[in-house]
Formats: sequence, C-alpha cells, structure tokens
Amino acid sequence: MLLIILRRLGQSIFVLFLVAFISFMIFRYVGNPVDNLLGQEATTERREALIESLGLNDPLHVQYFDFVVRALQFDFGVSYRTGMPVAEMIVQRLPATIELALVSAVFAILLGVVAGVYTAINRRGFIANAILSSSLIGVSLPTFLIGVLLIWIFAVELKWLPSFGRGTAVDLGFWSTGFLTISGLKSLILPGIMLGLYQMTLIMRLTRAEMLEVLRQDYIKFAKARGLPDRTVYFGHALKNTLVPVITIAGLQLGSIVAFAIITETVFQWPGVGLMFINAVYFVDIPVMSAYLLLVGTLFVLINLIVDLLYLLIDPRLRDGQLRRAGS
Amino acid sequence: MLRLILLSAAALSVTASAASAETIRWARAGDSLTLDPHSQNEGPTHALAHQIYDPLLQRDMAGAIIPALATEWATLPGNPNVWRFKLREGVTFHDGAAFDAEDVVFSLNRAKADTSEMQELLASVIDIRAVDAYTVDLETEGANPLMINNLTNTFMMDKGWAEANDVAKPLDHNAGETTYATSNTNGTGAFMLVSRSVDEKTVLQANPNYWGADIYPHQVSEIIYTPIQSSATRVAALLSGEVDIIQDVPVQDLGRVGATDGLKVVTAAQNRVIFFGVDNVDGPTADVRVRQAMNMAINRDAIQQIVMRDQSDPTGVIMPPFVNGWTEALNEFPAYDLDAAKALMAEAGYGDGFDIALNCPNDRYINDEAICQAAVGMMGQIGINVTLDARPKAQHFPFIKEGNSDFWMLGWGVPTFDSHYIFNYLLHTNIGSRGSWNPTGFSNAEVDEMIVSLESETDLAVRDATIAKIWDIVQAEQVHLPIHNQVLNWGMKDGINFDVQPEDQPHFQFLTFN
Repeated sequence: MLLIILRRLGQSIFVLFLVAFISFMIFRYVGNPVDNLLGQEATTERREALIESLGLNDPLHVQYFDFVVRALQFDFGVSYRTGMPVAEMIVQRLPATIELALVSAVFAILLGVVAGVYTAINRRGFIANAILSSSLIGVSLPTFLIGVLLIWIFAVELKWLPSFGRGTAVDLGFWSTGFLTISGLKSLILPGIMLGLYQMTLIMRLTRAEMLEVLRQDYIKFAKARGLPDRTVYFGHALKNTLVPVITIAGLQLGSIVAFAIITETVFQWPGVGLMFINAVYFVDIPVMSAYLLLVGTLFVLINLIVDLLYLLIDPRLRDGQLRRAGS
Repeated sequence: MLRLILLSAAALSVTASAASAETIRWARAGDSLTLDPHSQNEGPTHALAHQIYDPLLQRDMAGAIIPALATEWATLPGNPNVWRFKLREGVTFHDGAAFDAEDVVFSLNRAKADTSEMQELLASVIDIRAVDAYTVDLETEGANPLMINNLTNTFMMDKGWAEANDVAKPLDHNAGETTYATSNTNGTGAFMLVSRSVDEKTVLQANPNYWGADIYPHQVSEIIYTPIQSSATRVAALLSGEVDIIQDVPVQDLGRVGATDGLKVVTAAQNRVIFFGVDNVDGPTADVRVRQAMNMAINRDAIQQIVMRDQSDPTGVIMPPFVNGWTEALNEFPAYDLDAAKALMAEAGYGDGFDIALNCPNDRYINDEAICQAAVGMMGQIGINVTLDARPKAQHFPFIKEGNSDFWMLGWGVPTFDSHYIFNYLLHTNIGSRGSWNPTGFSNAEVDEMIVSLESETDLAVRDATIAKIWDIVQAEQVHLPIHNQVLNWGMKDGINFDVQPEDQPHFQFLTFN
C-alpha cells in the first residue's frame, strides 16, 4: 500500500515538471514583457540590455532549469508587473478564489442534486420540463454572457447586488474572508452563480439519469410494494445509491471550478488568483504565469491522487496490480 | 433575525453615505502598476501618483503647464544651459517632513538612475544643484528650451524617507527585488494613501496640510479607486451607482450612460493619434505613390462614423492638435478618392495590386482591431489584398519594433506637447537613443540633423520654422498613414463638475461638487 502511494507521488511530481515545461514552451508565444516594463522613450540599447539580463534570450531549457531550481526552493521570484514577490501575491489572493469556488460548489451540488431528484421523480411534470429546458440554455450560453446578464438584472436594474469586487473582507491574519460581512456575502452571490451554473446543470443531469436508472431497479419496486411512503423510497433508498457517482464527479469538478474562475473573476473584478493570472498574461509576467500554472497543476494532481487513493480504499480488488487502469 | 440584519444593514448604508458625502469612487480599466513614482512611465500609474505626489510643475485639466512644487522657473540670463527653479516654501510631506531643495536634487537624481523609467526624459540633464534651500539649478548639455515639458510627470520624494527605507533607487527588475516604495508612499500631494490592494482597491484620504488647499477647490475628502477591467462591468457599476466616475467608457455604451438620469458623459480630445506605419524601404510600399494611394483609400469619415461612433477626430498628420507645430493645414487629409488612388497605383506599376499583412494590436487602442478590419476592406478596393494579423499588445509591439512588419497600426501620445517628441521617436533614423519607434526605415540625413537641432535651438521662431520644414518633408514623403486622434470619454454623476484631461489624468484637487 505504502509503495503504491509513493509510486503515485513520484508520478505526480513528474507530471508537475512536465506542466512547468509545457508552460515554458507556451510563454515563448505570449509575447515579450520588455515593452511593458520600459517606458516608450526607452532606447533600443536599454531594451536589448533588459531582454538579455532577464534571461529572455537564453535557450528554453536554461530558462526552464533556472525556474525549476528556484521553484524547488519555493522561490517564485518577483512579479514584473507589480514588483511584489509572487509567493506573497498568491497567498494574498488565494482566499478570494477558494471562497468563491466553495460557494459555487455548494450552490452547484445542493441545487443540482435537488433539481435532479425533482426532475427524475416528476418526469412528465411541467415544472420539471421547464427546469430541464432552461438548464439547456444555461449550458449553451457562454459563461461570460451569463455573468453580464446577471449583472444587468441584479445590479443595474434591480440594484440588489453589487456588480463587482468582493465587498468588505475581514482580515484574519492568515486569511481574508468575505463570509463575515453583509457586503462580502452579497458580493459572493452573482459570481458564485456564474461560476457554479455549468457544474450545477451537469450535476443535475447526472443525478437525474442515475436516479431514473435506480428507480427502475427491483428493490425500489419491492420497497414500493411493501407500502413504504414515497419519501422513504426516494430519499432513503434511491438517492443514497444515486450519490456515489455524483460525488465522484463533483469532487473532480472542484479543480475545474478553480481553473474556470479566471473568466468569472475577470467579469466581476474578483481579486483572486484567476484575475492575477489573466493580468499576468496580458503583461507577459512570466514569474506569475509559471507559478500560477504550477499551482493549478498541483491542485489537479492532488485531487486525482486523492481520488485514486479513495478508490484503493473502497475497492480492494484494485490493490493488487490493477492500479494503472483505475488511474488512467 | 434576518429582518434585523437587513434593517441594520440599511441603517449602516445610510450613515455611511451621509458621512462620506465627498467621497469619490473612481474606476478605470487598469490599475496603477506600482506606487514608486519613478519605476514606470505609464498612464494609469502616473494618474494615481499625481494624487499622492507632486512634480515641480504639472499640466492642469486643460493641458496647460501650471506651477506645482516650483513656483517660478526660467533659464539663467546669459546661460540658456541652466534652468533655475524657485521652490514653493512651507510645503510638507505626508509624514510631516519639510520639502526643500535637497529633496528636489535627490528626486531628480533618482529619476535619472539606471533603474528609473523616467531617465530618458532627463537624458540631457548633466547636473542638478541646490543653490539655497528653495532654489535649484538644473544644467543641461547644451540648451534645452523644452526641459520643463519633460518634468510634468517627474515626482518629488522626501530624501530622508527614501534613504531611511532603503529606496534611494527605483526597483531593479533584473535583480528580482521588491522595495518599500512599491507599496508605500510619502508625497506632498493632495491625497494620502490609506490602503491599497493591487487590482482591487486603493483608498486615499485628503491631505489636511495640502499646500494647494487655497489654490484649488480640493473638495474631495476621500478617493476609492477600483480598477474594473471588463468594460461591461465598469459601465454597469456606474449605472448602478456603485462608482461615481469612470474613465474608458466604451463607445457603444456612451448613449446609454448619457441617457441615464443622474449621469453624464464628458468628452474631450485626447492627446493620442492613431495611424498606420508602412515599410518605406522594401516592397511595394517603398514607392511613395503607393503610400499616397493607400492614404487616399482610407475612408476616414466612415471609420469615424461607423467604427468609432463619432468618437474620433480624423486627421491627415500624426500629431494631436495640442502639440506645438500643429496647424489646420497639416491636419487636413486628402479626399477619399478611389479613382485617383487606383491611378496612382497603376502609375507605380501596381495596377493589379499586391498582397500585404497588416499587424494590429487588439487590446491597446479604442476599437483597434475594428479599425484594422475596416482598413482591410478599404485597401481591397484599390486592389491591395490585406491579411489581418491582430494580436495582444505584448506580442504586437515587440513584433513591429523588431522590424518584422510591412504594415502596422500604432498610436502615439505626446507627453511633452511638442513636435520634437514625435520626430525623435517616430521619424529619426533608428540609431542610438533615437528612432526607437521608427521601423519604417525612413531615414533622411537632413531631417535627422534638423531634429537634433531642435533640442538646443533657443530662438523659438527659428525652432518653429524648423518644425514646419520637417513636417513638410514628412508629409510629402507620406511616411505614415494617419487615421484619427482619439477622443476621451469620462462617465460621471451629474453632481460632479470635472473636466476631461487630454492626457487621461484626473487631478482630483480640481473636482467640485454641485
């Protein structure tokens, strides 16, 4: 067991190095930061000197090697754009993204499961069909547009909720939270919906399909024949068996919620790591871009690792030699 | 319980708005990059720095030079190489330290340091001396009649504060260091820094000891500055009343903002010209007749009406009207004339047209990519088959600066408000410290010589004649294809009286409330 975990950890580290290498190859095509760093009056010599001293003329493998050596010492350098240490910037901005991801995940799972169960039970109901067809709109509209629509309705027309920002955040020293103030909570609603909408419809459709499948099973028929109340049949027996795949998918989607937060954070000027990343791309802020991609890579690798280990825990058959298939 | 919370929230918001009646909530697309006043030479960074720090002299809301920390300035009688500045007395920094000549000498030397982004503007300065506590001499290499035009964004810091905090030089990007001055300030300006979170919120509070309190209205008690990158969100924040003033109103939303009760759009010409550059040396565009034909094929009125929704001033010269050397005649552009253009093309031997790629930024100027798309169609009408290559500015500018493009879009603001700034970077041969934005290949020894002579010519009449002569040559050669000058739009509440500043820099000490 320990050997398997160690092997998985080793693979994960290899994947991270690969992520870093691919991101370095991409940086070549993002542009050149020097024209952003220098004023428009800068001389051609000074421009070339800066390119040289930032190491942008070095071959790819040299730049990559420098980065890996420093990253191994947790030194991610200083942002070209803000002049602040990258590690400090990430620590400052991570709470905003994590809180947003948490809110949208809770929204997606709660509403998704409830709507999924409802539409499965009332298959031919008018409301169920309305939910299903409107969820189709939710999936097919670009999230960017949904965000703008939400702002238009709830901020401009109704003036109920703020259109941008995080409201007043309370600094707890190691973590700044928006959960403790009314403006902070209000600010979470619109971006939370925008970010969670796609996952919600996904979970809803998955729950519905699983539920329909389960409802056809013999034990449900027997339960009904035994005269158990509908409530017990649906929620006591059927839902429990539906949830296993739903939870697996929801867990895996958590990673993509953090990654998708880039668009939501741009629309709502949400001060998280996604906004930091998009600004870094515009500026060609290589230290920030590489650190962010490594962070997201670590997140995905960690989630996959946990899922793999959970499978091991749940299914003893996987422990002897069949791991590779489960992890693929 | 919920009702109680809502009630108390309502009560809180009422008291908050009553207590902060003179708070200005200000939004624009980009945040300042650093609080260090010499570390970046960039619009939004200077705009924030102007609230906190002061230069010796500055531009007011109409673009005219007015005194700031210096009250008088002139070259010494008999020695045009030395500018003498009389400093304002009784000015203190936000931490209480007194401002004097020592701080000016320190700050100008800091702005000249090798890690400063303001250094090129001070390149001609060879010595900075304190004559007495409130007099400073600035000696230039040869006469520099326009020295003061270069100082409007060069801010004064406190020597003692900078040395105590180890920020005697601006941040060095190569060393990968971070400095105290990047996120802390101590200026003499109208507002003091309260808190700052990059890309999120910067709060400033009125300086109670501001030297200009009796000169300017200085009615704003607090500024809350929030960058909002998404233009739809920025407009929404203004419409919903969450901010009081926004810069960078997208042209398609101007009507909506103007038609909303309680809001207005204030418009003014911007000090920025947009144009196409072309290769003057190789390929079909090396022929001046082809460049003239292309210039005639640009339907500037159509671009103004359709692409820019009337928010631009078409022009025939790559010079905004604020700039010394601008004339009505230069600004005139040839009539949109396809027949004449085709005839010129045929005369040049390109009657069947040619293929060319147009390089265009898509995140830098107002509707940049849309203008280029319109140009593709217009060039097509005289047989030029244009393929459009629109890219983010971080790729566009290095690409054109390295001379890879035959046909490109560029915009140019003129911070010194003088033609020399255009000539030096866009028209001088690309060599040494000059011509760094001239990938056209245009190189004229006579013009180069005249450009250099402008730097030390103290007889302004002679100087202006030289400027006119250079423009005549450049216009005859059709080195660039001018399009238009940009127009600035600020959206704000009706209760605010505030002019639009041609450099897009709001100076909030000028703002008044109804």
